[in-house]
Amino acid sequence: MYDFLTGPMLWVTFLVSFGGLLVRAVMYVRGLNWQLDRVAYRPNMKYGLRGGIISILAFIIPFRARLWRVRPGFTLIFFAFHIGLLVTPILLEAHNVMLKEAFGISLPTLPTGVADVLAWTCLVGGLFMVLRRIAFPEVRIITTFYDYLLIAITVAPFITGLIARYEMGDYNFWLMAHIITGEIWLLSLPFTKLSHAILFFMSRMQLGMDYGIKRGGMKGSDMAW
Amino acid sequence: MPEGQFCNKTPITTDEQLKATLNDKGGKQYYEEMNHLDVDSEKLWGAIQKTMKSRIKTWLEICAHCGLCAESCFLYQVNGRVPEQVPSYKIQATLGQIVKKKGKVDNEFMQMCMETAWSKCTCCNRCGMYCPHGIDMGIMFGYLRGLLYSQGFVPWELKIGSGMHRVYRAQMDVTMEDWVETCEWMAEETEEEWPGLEIPVDKVGADIMYTCNAREPKHYPEDIAEAAILFHVAGENWTVPSEGWEQTSLSMFAGDWECCKDNVQNVYDAIERLKPKRATGTECGHAHRATVIEGPYWTGRPDGQPPVPFLHYVEWLAEALRTGKLKIDPSKRIKEPVTLQDSCNYVRNQGLKDITREIISYIVEPGYFVEMAPTKEHNYCCGGGGGFNGIGKYREQRNMALRKKMDQILDTGCKLVIAPCHNCWDAIRDLEEEYEIGIRWSFLKPLVIKMLDVPEHLLPKDE
Repeated sequence: MYDFLTGPMLWVTFLVSFGGLLVRAVMYVRGLNWQLDRVAYRPNMKYGLRGGIISILAFIIPFRARLWRVRPGFTLIFFAFHIGLLVTPILLEAHNVMLKEAFGISLPTLPTGVADVLAWTCLVGGLFMVLRRIAFPEVRIITTFYDYLLIAITVAPFITGLIARYEMGDYNFWLMAHIITGEIWLLSLPFTKLSHAILFFMSRMQLGMDYGIKRGGMKGSDMAW
Repeated sequence: MPEGQFCNKTPITTDEQLKATLNDKGGKQYYEEMNHLDVDSEKLWGAIQKTMKSRIKTWLEICAHCGLCAESCFLYQVNGRVPEQVPSYKIQATLGQIVKKKGKVDNEFMQMCMETAWSKCTCCNRCGMYCPHGIDMGIMFGYLRGLLYSQGFVPWELKIGSGMHRVYRAQMDVTMEDWVETCEWMAEETEEEWPGLEIPVDKVGADIMYTCNAREPKHYPEDIAEAAILFHVAGENWTVPSEGWEQTSLSMFAGDWECCKDNVQNVYDAIERLKPKRATGTECGHAHRATVIEGPYWTGRPDGQPPVPFLHYVEWLAEALRTGKLKIDPSKRIKEPVTLQDSCNYVRNQGLKDITREIISYIVEPGYFVEMAPTKEHNYCCGGGGGFNGIGKYREQRNMALRKKMDQILDTGCKLVIAPCHNCWDAIRDLEEEYEIGIRWSFLKPLVIKMLDVPEHLLPKDE
């Protein structure tokens, strides 16, 4: 079972997940239409790229966009959650051991303490995301079951991973659960709203190009995001 | 599918229809007929499949339901922060549902969509700046308005408005003859005080072609006279076209995209005919957006630019002041606290934020200019944008919307507001009428004329 999940199944997962995200990115660009979107992408590519990059940077750097500055509490939780979510699995020692076994290469790894803190941050961040969905009327009204499900899918590998890491209960069971939930998460990426992993960049880039080309960029004024 | 005499899926294209619809006071029969209007689900879904591509599809799909757009919306703020005013909710509950149900929605649902699209969103695009995913709900509401218009679910005034544009190619029943006569009349009137002043119609090869808002010839022709005075004093070689002089687009507010294209093409045809070096329009925001920012796309210009460089009035004015074509007498500068309304349609939508402040630096004594908070591209809609000002059915909601601008103005402590946009100007006038906070408001033209340092040779001889 372990061999299957970390062997063929993992390959399929990676293929579907990363391939799927790539397909979504390509489909996004192909579905852009200068006349319907009312943005002259091609003839003004330079302005567009400039606006797009400014727009992406404003939102991936904490406190850069005005939005992040007017909502500092949310911003902290949001970034902690996403950093934990992305950095932990990539730089975790255990994962890199597998990488080394398979390809003979490995990335720098996080000290165990740091990895623990990041994993817990992600969990606590996820919890806050759930709580604010319940607590704030402006978030509650747009929240659906699907939103909770996605948070569950996202944090499940962290919960199972931490249980396995602290060796609570049956280690083998929790390890399997961790691998399966991790694979479910990866497989969900291209097919659900989690596709924002790639589509965030596409959408941000597009709006940035819109502003960079027609909504001020060509008049020499960058949008103060 | 029962369609009414006035409320139906067919645009107004004749003067007769137009007058008949206008005579239905307040749209009484129109809205009654709307209650029986069928939804053509197949056509609706067909339109969505044809026109909803990456951008809007992705926006609907990846909205994380985080609610961060709530506070960005002034309508959410002034309406007691009710969750029904959260931008994400507004669009998901309307366009989102139409897409989800593949167009199979009923009359009641479409009427709810109409109310949401025209009374809960002014398409100010502010939410787009505050969404981490870059989702611009103003754009989506514009799209939704198009779908609603094609199904006949559009407020009475905007059905008439786009009809006006279709019949008269102007937002009001100003014909080409009316327009040319108004120009002649204004030139005659103004020439007494400004010898040599002309309003040249259809002059080929001028440096600047000037277009305006049909409200000016219809209701305040002095605005045309003021434009003429400033061009005259600046020594501009300018002209107005007899046809293609109107640059507003109520059809853009209505979602009548076919009509939008026709209007802007009319202006571009005038440019092609008169071959000016540049063009400029009046102090209007949505007109500029229609003619200069969105218009090139409606007419299919792949570079996204009008046929010649087309300036907003503030750009021309700043240039004239900067280059000394117009000189300000420093003793006549504004010496009272004054604030500036940044129009969504050329500030957030075309970045013209610094140029207006440059004008301020010439006409306001240093120390007297007070910024609104927030300001520039973060400024709020005047409260009456996107057609909101003109819709009687939603007057109450519009009056509520004005409160945000009222608070912003009160916070500056200024009694004078400069509003270089027709729509903002109207909204601020209405807010004074409604709430009586004791403010005055002005376009730039009359202010600048009062403080001009006029060269001797342009003054009347016998004085």
